[in-house]
Amino acid sequence: MNRIEAAVEKARARNEGLLMPFVVLGDPDPETSDAIIDAILKAEPDILEFGFAFSDPPADGPVIQAADRRALRAGMTVDRAFRSLARVRAKSDRPIALLIYYNLILNRGVDAFYAQAAEVGVDAVLVADVPVDEAAVTVKAAKAHGVLPIFIVSELTTDERLQSILEVADGYLYLVARIGVTGAQTLFDEQLASVIARIRHRTSLPILAGFGISTPDHVRAVLNAGADGAICGSALVQKIQQNMHTRARMLFEVEAFCRKMKDASKKTR
Amino acid sequence: MRSLGKFGPYGGLFVAEILVPALEALEVAYDEARADPSFQEELDRLLADYAGRPTPLFFARRVSETMKTKVYLKREDLLHGGAHKTNNTLGQGLLAQRMGKRKLIAETGAGQHGVATAMVGALLGMDVTIFMGAKDVERQKPNVERMKLFGAEVRPVHSGAATLKEAINETLRYWTEHVRDTFYVFGTVAGPHPYPTIVRDFQRVIGTEARAQILAREGRLPTAVMACVGGGSNAMGIFHPFIEDADVRLIGVEPGGLGIATGHHGATLSHGRVGCLHGSLSYVLQDAEGQIQEAHSISAGLDYPGVGPEHAFLKDSGRAEYVSVTDDEAVAACRWLAEQEGILPALESSHALAYLRQCANTFGPEDVVVLNVSGRGDKDLASIIAQGAHGSGSGLGSGSGLGSGSGSGSSSVSGGPRGVTP
Ligand SMILES: Cc1ncc(COP(=O)(O)O)c(C=O)c1O
Repeated sequence: MNRIEAAVEKARARNEGLLMPFVVLGDPDPETSDAIIDAILKAEPDILEFGFAFSDPPADGPVIQAADRRALRAGMTVDRAFRSLARVRAKSDRPIALLIYYNLILNRGVDAFYAQAAEVGVDAVLVADVPVDEAAVTVKAAKAHGVLPIFIVSELTTDERLQSILEVADGYLYLVARIGVTGAQTLFDEQLASVIARIRHRTSLPILAGFGISTPDHVRAVLNAGADGAICGSALVQKIQQNMHTRARMLFEVEAFCRKMKDASKKTR
Repeated sequence: MRSLGKFGPYGGLFVAEILVPALEALEVAYDEARADPSFQEELDRLLADYAGRPTPLFFARRVSETMKTKVYLKREDLLHGGAHKTNNTLGQGLLAQRMGKRKLIAETGAGQHGVATAMVGALLGMDVTIFMGAKDVERQKPNVERMKLFGAEVRPVHSGAATLKEAINETLRYWTEHVRDTFYVFGTVAGPHPYPTIVRDFQRVIGTEARAQILAREGRLPTAVMACVGGGSNAMGIFHPFIEDADVRLIGVEPGGLGIATGHHGATLSHGRVGCLHGSLSYVLQDAEGQIQEAHSISAGLDYPGVGPEHAFLKDSGRAEYVSVTDDEAVAACRWLAEQEGILPALESSHALAYLRQCANTFGPEDVVVLNVSGRGDKDLASIIAQGAHGSGSGLGSGSGLGSGSGSGSSSVSGGPRGVTP
């Protein structure tokens, strides 16, 4: 059983939803970022999701764009990101997922990238700008190195597309709970429940919902709509942005927010 | 998708999942439109009656005398709107109408694509929002005013270098949020499939006309066809109908900015590496980490670190050649054409002219060069005047502007072999 399956089983056994917090590696600088990850770990999230900073992230809203810029300005590199990941893996057995843009993978060489990801203990990779139509190369490399290829689905995904996604997706499905870029404001409605039902009908993969989840109520709402878990990125990154001058406060806010969100994921079913 | 729009290894569809259904719908709508003669009829009618096609092919007598070879200018500067962009926006506007969309969005660099989209929005009664880098808003003011007069909203984009790359990022973000009811009018032959194909097809009219016009005038095909390359749409438009004519050299001229050696340039094909930007695989200006670099060009329309995937394919296959000239050389060429022929070309188009001045000695008196004047230079008056001290260099047979300080040595031939034809 891989780490993600184990995390999903554990949460299901406890009748809890999963929480997957997201931060950009190297934000606001490589060293503080490592401390932020430690703060997140204290809140005992179920899966960790990390972004690799990229100069041109069109799938991300202003909050994550700013995080990418901070990290790059502070000298973050792909090598440094892999070192951070190895450090996390040395101290925690929680599953690690990456969110990354394709050019960074291409630049390393697709196979070399996945080999290195596997080596440092990454469990899953979502490439933000590689839809299933173009995914043959990345999926092949992922599978060769035992990394789970993650794909996005949304209410706009037709049944036909869903079918081709399910042929290659593994680990979990990343459901866009609201159409837009990351971090946008949200209303989770019945539509979400019906999309989740439509997906459930076709797969046993767990469904994690993300985009715009910024409060404990949002976590409860997506779990009530039928998702297995909630992904929280921009709202968490905002805690970093809002506390740039006081590091102790930043770490405190990050941990407290993750705890609050994790608590919300426990009290739903 | 029915196809992934590959040109050799380049092109494709590298976008977030949320956008794929919209691109799928666009692909289907375009296939249907292409098969529907009434679509082409309506487009042809608008191209003629609204936009003024065909544009002339002008024999530039004084330029030809100085260059000692026959030079013809394809006058896209005379197209309604002032640049070739209208060919594409009329096509995509009609496509949007066919798809029942009432809201158009577009990125713009020089503002010409924004103007052309805003015009078509007014013509077809659609809402238009244009994203434009704040730096470009500043240096292309007349076009910003024109867009507003046509009723468009112009949103300045402040992130990064605040030029075309950021404008495209922002338009993609806006589209991702409003994809249900909004049509993205992409401005060049880059971006995800099907845009490189759609934009090329709508711009092919330039080359189709030019080929027939030169055959009528000279009874032969040209020795070379030259055009500037930003994203690559005016160049692809004029190149494409000549691709099968193996003896016709196709020369694309990229922005060398302050000089290649300074690192401040936008010569993506000549000096970039293969990568993925804005939805397709192509050449990209990027650092060793794979982070996209900021381009530099005095010409906002060429100030872009990416390029259309079909150009990447033409470069690798050697069918087209790609070279670059500096900012100063382009400005000097702009002034030179104004003095020689009473035509004020856009700074973008001036890059092609500047390279013509440098390579003219490789052509003989019987050779024929067709050069695409992709747009007019009125929008650039402020930049041209600010560079006033440099002059046109008209006293020189060829080479860079007087006192430009950058030297013609910074221009270089790269890409396909020079000797596609002798
Ligand atoms: C007059 C003119 N020429 C050329 C370009 C460059 O675009 P492309 O390479 O797509 O023709 C622009 C872009 O704004 C333009 O306005």
